[in-house]
Amino acid sequence: MTDLPTDLTRATAADLADALARKTISSVEVTQAHLDRIAAVDGQVHSYLHVDTDGALAQARAVDERRRAGESLGALAGVPIAVKDVMTTKGVPTTCGSRILEGWIPPYDATVVTKLRESGLPILGKTNMDEFAMGSSTEHSAYGPSHNPWDLDRIPGGSGGGSSSVLASFQAPLATGTDTGGSIRQPAAVTATVGTKPTYGGVSRYGLVALASSLDQAGPCGRTVLDTALLHAVMGGHDPMDSTSIDAPVPPVVEAARAADVRGMKIGVVKELGGEGYQPGVRARFDESVALLEELGAEVVEVSCPNFEYALAAYYLILPSEASSNLAKFDAMRYGLRVLPEGVDAPSAEQVMAATRDAGFGDEVKRRIILGTYALSSGYYDAYYGSAQKVRALIAQDFDAAYSKVDVLVSPTAPTTAFRLGDKLEDPMAMYLNDIATIPANLAGVPGMSIPSGLADEDGLPAGIQILAPATKDERLYSVGAALEAALVDRWGGPILDRAPSLGGAAAAKGA
Amino acid sequence: MSTATADAVMDYDEAMGKFDPVMGLEVHVELHTATKMFCGCPTEFGAEPNSQVCPVCLGLPGALPVVNEKAVESAIRIGLALNCEIAEWCRFARKNYFYPDMPKNFQTSQYDEPIAFEGHLDVELEDGTVYRVEIERAHMEEDTGKSLHIGGATGRIHGADHSLVDYNRAGIPLIEIVTKPMVGAGERAPEVAKAYVSALRDLLRALDVSDVKMEQGSMRCDANVSLRPRVGAPLDEAQLAVPLGTRTETKNVNSLRSVERAVRYEISRHAAILDGGGSILQETRHWHEDTGITTSGRVKSDAEDYRYFPEPDLVPVAPTRETVEALRGTLPEPPGLRRKRLQSDWGYSDLEMRDVVNAGAVELIEETVAAGASAGAAKKWWLGEPSRRANGEGQDIVTYAAGLGLTPAHIAELDGLVTAGRLNDSMARQVLDGVLAGEGTPTAVADARGLELVQDDGALEAAVDKVIEANPDVAAKIRDGKVAAAGALIGQVMKEMKGQADAGKARELILAKLQ
Repeated sequence: MTDLPTDLTRATAADLADALARKTISSVEVTQAHLDRIAAVDGQVHSYLHVDTDGALAQARAVDERRRAGESLGALAGVPIAVKDVMTTKGVPTTCGSRILEGWIPPYDATVVTKLRESGLPILGKTNMDEFAMGSSTEHSAYGPSHNPWDLDRIPGGSGGGSSSVLASFQAPLATGTDTGGSIRQPAAVTATVGTKPTYGGVSRYGLVALASSLDQAGPCGRTVLDTALLHAVMGGHDPMDSTSIDAPVPPVVEAARAADVRGMKIGVVKELGGEGYQPGVRARFDESVALLEELGAEVVEVSCPNFEYALAAYYLILPSEASSNLAKFDAMRYGLRVLPEGVDAPSAEQVMAATRDAGFGDEVKRRIILGTYALSSGYYDAYYGSAQKVRALIAQDFDAAYSKVDVLVSPTAPTTAFRLGDKLEDPMAMYLNDIATIPANLAGVPGMSIPSGLADEDGLPAGIQILAPATKDERLYSVGAALEAALVDRWGGPILDRAPSLGGAAAAKGA
Repeated sequence: MSTATADAVMDYDEAMGKFDPVMGLEVHVELHTATKMFCGCPTEFGAEPNSQVCPVCLGLPGALPVVNEKAVESAIRIGLALNCEIAEWCRFARKNYFYPDMPKNFQTSQYDEPIAFEGHLDVELEDGTVYRVEIERAHMEEDTGKSLHIGGATGRIHGADHSLVDYNRAGIPLIEIVTKPMVGAGERAPEVAKAYVSALRDLLRALDVSDVKMEQGSMRCDANVSLRPRVGAPLDEAQLAVPLGTRTETKNVNSLRSVERAVRYEISRHAAILDGGGSILQETRHWHEDTGITTSGRVKSDAEDYRYFPEPDLVPVAPTRETVEALRGTLPEPPGLRRKRLQSDWGYSDLEMRDVVNAGAVELIEETVAAGASAGAAKKWWLGEPSRRANGEGQDIVTYAAGLGLTPAHIAELDGLVTAGRLNDSMARQVLDGVLAGEGTPTAVADARGLELVQDDGALEAAVDKVIEANPDVAAKIRDGKVAAAGALIGQVMKEMKGQADAGKARELILAKLQ
């Protein structure tokens, strides 16, 4: 039994859950501590788009009440959480980082949110993201970027940079994410936090505002592998409201995280992910991690996935195609922003739609809608969307071939550490390349996780290692992740995130 | 009132001399499943606007569809009844276009992988000729919401002041049934079109998958028409080899009669344009029931592109062969065979049966017979006044009778009153008038109007005696064996009795007294 730190925001979710179960603290205390932290530091980090103080405290009180009444509660009951703003929350604004949904209050909860509520996790607020999850930095949020707690001039990753920076700045012990091409894993990598993209269909997509339906997957974000597993178990499972949801129990992720055992496992290093374009410090930390896994009793081999080379190109056809259709519903007719065209007396529905979409969508969203509309057009469909689907099948074959030889695959999560805000904003291709290692998993629907691998020598910023497993074998991510995490904590003399600059002083100074 | 002006048209017979018509019919059928295609909302017609909606059918951000299995079953049964192949594996697709009554701005439909394909339906025309309509496909999709344009003269969006949208209809399961080009019908093309839609309606009703009420929009027909030069008889090989002309698609054709009229009108209109050296614009046309003409709608250019792609939010539909065969076992007797059986049960001649079928009264008669009437009486009453009036109103008999509350039980009751000797034919007609006027059941009408045959034999005998005495010449003829002359006396007896006598009985008495 671990003693909780005086500052409750520094505790892990697992430890908070233990203390709550033992009734040594209340959910209201924990929730209030995080709300105080948000008030102190979010002015610098800008992780949240909306903080639901009253709602969170009301849920905390309710769960405390249930505990007092002796109800049997879930493993994370009373532990507060931050929810990515792409998930609908009944009565709480949901913008997806877009101007076009400004002011929209959903009338229903996403299934994931329902599960969080039923499991008694007070929702602190909604986290920032690139508009409709399109980006790797949060710079495409219509409400301004979030900042990396390791260096406020740098990006916290994206699209889930709100959730990663929340965790790295101790504004919540847990957060939800969605990962279409790396939006959980890359932000985790650049902030020294943990994030899992489960098997496609492992977590319900009902209530996730869709970017690309066949690629989107919601998943858990935490500061430790165990915390992430605990949240994974709450979020996952079959949902009859999502036809693509897997009708099977959640894989034994918590058990795997607790066992943290890689002995006898075969681990494949993906030859194609990690060469040219990867920062030396990122590469060095990755190689060390692989060596550690070998020391822990795993067998490591190199594996080739030749078609990964085409993954980025295929992804940037499939994603915009689906997105162009998914985003068509934002037309000012039923909800969200409505802009009337200037200088038109009695505008038609079509003119209002056009004016609203022009004003409400940012450049990156428009770029992808245009790309997708083009790729699906008759006469181009076979060459673009059709070919991309073939590449997708080839990538899935590469994974199948690899998993016939090894139990999991590993690679650096992102090619670089966090870049500076503004550095890649004018160069979409450079921004897209940040997801080169994470995209194949989305195309094939297999699960992936990023955990911190250490700090890069050249800039002292966090690097991440990605673990990939076969579909529905999510527990393997946690076996490997937890074992490696423990070894790295030993090596670094504590969690890597402990080395992040404290933001408290600055906030206190600002508050004074 | 439609303000549209009519185009030039060519006389139909002249048009047929110069051109060969080809049709293609697309029929949309709303399934009467309890819930919508992709969500659990009810499908009831006529509910308060926007009261049968949820995040899914409103297309709210984040909502996802789940396929209604009952709708898939209905689609398969329709496919089987149309002699189609049933796909072993097929997907939904998104049809992308913007319109305010379409919540997601794409319609979840099927594109190149329909659930059912390659079938046919044999259609019997009024004279008994059978025309085989080849079915290209039947696919599943969802209905859109319904726009109501307020303030304009035509009820269309152009000129409207504002529009209202009711999303109750959004997401109701639809089956779209598409024919292959219907060739070789020649001058009978409009008749074939009507007979096809009518046969399809009967089939769908027998399958019990839809309300098939054209006036409520649960069955809607779009008629594609094109003409090509006439080079021979409709079925001549040379004629069939002539390439198809440019087609127009006439929407909003929502009664059987309109299907026939609209096709006929389009043929005459195309003919006038082509004969004048013009060319047909590929476009949608709107049918105007009141004026019987079509007007130009949306021009369909080649640029129109729905950007179909497989619906990623749904998994493929893959009915096992066992499921398909089990569903085949639930198919009702095909309407054609059923008619033959009923004709034999009822003892109707071919001509009588065709009259009944053309009047759309098969089911009514079947129910009336089941309620106790004789087949002859059921036919006589349904094809009489109710049928005449329905025609006058431009409605089918089923809809007309339902609208007035006239039921098979009423007709059986009426027939029972005649058989029991309470009413004679002319009195029964008066009673039927009363029922049609909403005065109540036949017994109630007869009671209220005081219609009843006089059962007092004394009164009848007195009247007979009086008439015989007044007509000695006629009486003598009857005594000489000219029994047919009794008719003249019966008429007078009925007059004496103010119509309230049983003519049969009067005849018996007269003959008894004079032989």
